[in-house]
Amino acid sequence: MTETASAPATAAFPDTRPPGCPFDPAAEYRELRESAPVSRVSCPVGVDAWLVTRYEDVRSVLADPRLNSRAASPSNHVNTEADLDAPANPGSILHHDGPEHSRLRRLLTPEFTVKRIQAMRPYIAELVDQHLDAMLEGTEADLYHDFGLPIPSLVICELLGVPYADREMFQAASGVLLKVDITQEQRLAASGQIQGYMAQLVMAKLANPTDEDLLGRLIQRANASGTPLTVEELVTLGISLLIAGHETTANMIALSAAALLQHPDRLAELRADPSIAPAAVEEMLRYLSVVQFGVFRRVVEDLPVGNVVFKEGEFVIAALSSGNRQESVFDRPDEIDFSRNASAHLTFGYGAHQCLGQQLARVELQEVFARLYTRIPTLRLGIPFEKIEFKHDALVYGVRSLPVTWDTQA
Amino acid sequence: MRVNIDEEACVGAGQCVLAAAEVFDQRDEDGVVVLLQAEPPAELGEAVREAAVLCPAMAIHVED
Ligand code: SF4
Repeated sequence: MTETASAPATAAFPDTRPPGCPFDPAAEYRELRESAPVSRVSCPVGVDAWLVTRYEDVRSVLADPRLNSRAASPSNHVNTEADLDAPANPGSILHHDGPEHSRLRRLLTPEFTVKRIQAMRPYIAELVDQHLDAMLEGTEADLYHDFGLPIPSLVICELLGVPYADREMFQAASGVLLKVDITQEQRLAASGQIQGYMAQLVMAKLANPTDEDLLGRLIQRANASGTPLTVEELVTLGISLLIAGHETTANMIALSAAALLQHPDRLAELRADPSIAPAAVEEMLRYLSVVQFGVFRRVVEDLPVGNVVFKEGEFVIAALSSGNRQESVFDRPDEIDFSRNASAHLTFGYGAHQCLGQQLARVELQEVFARLYTRIPTLRLGIPFEKIEFKHDALVYGVRSLPVTWDTQA
Repeated sequence: MRVNIDEEACVGAGQCVLAAAEVFDQRDEDGVVVLLQAEPPAELGEAVREAAVLCPAMAIHVED
């Protein structure tokens, strides 16, 4: 009914960064947090949505069961070609809610517990060192392609039981899937490629599920639960983990380096005492908010937020990067400060969908932060800062490449 | 201080273990939170409260 419909949007969804600092989120957020913390915006996908910009509201909407995530490939609002009414694929953990989501999540959580991931730390540290050794044989590298990307890729391939030799296809295809401005054909081609490959791998694991890799254990665990996973579910789960494992941490590694190289004082702190890496990682997660367009949800049941009511069927965007820069939560939020406690940042999301792989990401980043800058103390950009190309159009923010150089080691 | 956990709500994010490993653990089989001490000593109060704040599923409740 028109008399109950929410007012149409008067502003476009803020999806462009200000011209100054490439690490700052859209400039509109600061103003919106103050004057219109819950506002109406029109989205590139062609619908209007509620935009929630304050920290507390971001957390409360993301934890609210009256919103669902089915339509919402985390940032479908910025994808002009997205089909918001497409049904959720079986096994697509990002798109299911309630009991179906819990079932899938519970099958995976044992793989990502704090203990389990801590046990991988020596392997991850060694992997980082091997890559640093290789880099140190020369005097320049691309910190994204030669370092940031291979490390999480090797880890997730190892965990899943994907032969690393097949990684190039995944990296290319997942890069396509995480772009904003792709056509439906490009999306289908890329996902078809990944799907065909993963289906073969799943069939092989189903024939012989061993304890040696995540897919094998997942199959066994689901069988033991009395509700075995179907081939389709396994393929979708495998692809989700592979893509999530490739892109996010890789971008964090290279983007943090780009930011830290611009902040020599912070870098000096980290070099002087690599044991602060865990706090530094949380702070960089907060400061950079790589899931740059926030999280998109649909209202299933009316809910009041502030002085408005989100009505059934409407859309909501929770602006993670905005909450992460809120002054009342993080003092001097636009500064990098390793001494603050940043662990309540929103970068991994909030609510039942909060990042499943967050403990893995933490350990990977901690080992990188503790090693990269001490082992290569003269690390510096290989091109002028202004020449760095940032991924303005990708769901996960980062750099397209990061040429770096250093002095030959004595 | 008394701690209650809601196993049903827990999504296994492990934030509680990071914040207060003396009080919280995760089950190997399903990653669900395990309460190691229901009445932790006062010196762990701050860490436990942080765990409750960080938990994305609001599965940790603290009573004084
Ligand atoms: S932080 Fe919350 S959701 Fe995560 S393991 Fe602990 S109780 Fe469960």
